[in-house]
Amino acid sequence: MNATRTLATTARVLSQIRHDPRTILLLVVVPSLLIGLVAWIFTDTDVFATIGPAMLALFPFVVMFLVTSITTLRERRTGTLERLLSMPLGKGDFILGYTLAFGLLAVIQSLVASGYAIWVCGLTIKGDVWLLVAVAVADAVLGSTLGLFASAFARTEFQVVQFMPAIVFPQILLGGIFLPRDQLPAGLKEISDWLPLSHAVDALNAVATDSHDAAYVGGQLLIIGAFAVGAVVVGALTLQRRTS
Amino acid sequence: MMNSVDAAVVIEGLRVRRGSTTVLDGLDLSIPRGQVVGLLGPSGCGKTTLMRSIVGVQRVAGGRVEVLGQPAGSGALRHRVGYVTQAASVYDDLTVRQNLAYFRRVLGAGKHDVERAIDATDLGANAGQLVSTLSGGQLSRVSLAAALLGSPDLLVLDEPTVGLDPLLRVELWSLFHRLADGGTSLLISSHVMDEATRCDRLLLMREGAILADTTPDELLAETGAADAEGAFLTLLRRHHPRHALDDAEPGGTPGGADDDGAAR
Repeated sequence: MNATRTLATTARVLSQIRHDPRTILLLVVVPSLLIGLVAWIFTDTDVFATIGPAMLALFPFVVMFLVTSITTLRERRTGTLERLLSMPLGKGDFILGYTLAFGLLAVIQSLVASGYAIWVCGLTIKGDVWLLVAVAVADAVLGSTLGLFASAFARTEFQVVQFMPAIVFPQILLGGIFLPRDQLPAGLKEISDWLPLSHAVDALNAVATDSHDAAYVGGQLLIIGAFAVGAVVVGALTLQRRTS
Repeated sequence: MMNSVDAAVVIEGLRVRRGSTTVLDGLDLSIPRGQVVGLLGPSGCGKTTLMRSIVGVQRVAGGRVEVLGQPAGSGALRHRVGYVTQAASVYDDLTVRQNLAYFRRVLGAGKHDVERAIDATDLGANAGQLVSTLSGGQLSRVSLAAALLGSPDLLVLDEPTVGLDPLLRVELWSLFHRLADGGTSLLISSHVMDEATRCDRLLLMREGAILADTTPDELLAETGAADAEGAFLTLLRRHHPRHALDDAEPGGTPGGADDDGAAR
């Protein structure tokens, strides 16, 4: 691992994305538009106040998962990864370089989505808004690192898109968005405890309703961070300098 | 036989399996330093697998591959071996210069290296262009330019001249010889036999085995053929007597099929 090579990789990924304005637009705008749609659907009810915070966890998570998994898969398929691994680039440099680049995009995306939900859609946040943004960012970074992880197990773009229902959908179903997690049947509740998105939704709800202190939210953030680090480490382990 | 001091690459008993097929089965080879060595043979004969083994990105089933005195793929070699794959492995959503600047930083090479590589591959007019807008020939030159960064001691080039303008091809071959004169060892694969005469040494490969390890002049003299294509055919018939039925082998003897050592 070497800071120069890691940062060179981050800068390279960011300048690749800079050449693709459509991707930037999609990354920044799509989650906000979807949150706006949910708010519109529930205009005459108070449902948005309940599920709005969870939307901040959901959409950036999904978008970052897809973008990251496909970008890194492309790197594996075009032979640039093989070139890099025949050079003095460490596996950690590669993964961390990507994580930093997409993490930065996740920060921008989460700031825009949170601002849009609060000031445009009128989502009420009783707790600290910055804590809300912090959780949303951690969650988008988590989506990014899980995308890196998934790309290691896919050979084609078709396969990596299939990982989206396999890895992401169960977390959405069990994350407390459809049914509060404490009302889930026995067994499912315990499974949902082990899914990272559940903790992101819990933390966002806690900030929105101001029902827990900052220490609780910090604990949830740590759990999300641990999953992100785990995905990065396993992702790095799957990078092989020698392939058959 | 060269010892490992004056050889760039020494291979002993290399075996590579891909899936259930054995691509290389006990291959022995030695490549001298400071020369342009051509690796010729038909598509699918194992050229790329051999090159990947030398670069250290191929999983091998057995044998020894030593590059510049160290085991292939070892950490110290990653600064010293440049590799160009058949498909141009560069980022098509970056400009030529941005691609090279990134690989330069990964290698830790000097800043002036980017311009040197651009000049050497005649990409000056396209340096600011996005790679996705380049022609096939320009694209493979960007890939080659990336391999020149950091002045590696060994260059492994997998079909670097495919689809290039004849003039440019001549220029690249003279670049290869200038590099070799400066002490760089080059291994260059091709399936175009007429490129054979441009090499200092030749390795003829077929079905995972080296048929001949020789110089262009020796090859022509020994087979009595007029060109490299004819010489390759002669060697094939010697190794596979069944093909000899079609045509009398020039200067062949009944014992020719056993004459394995003669081509070396």
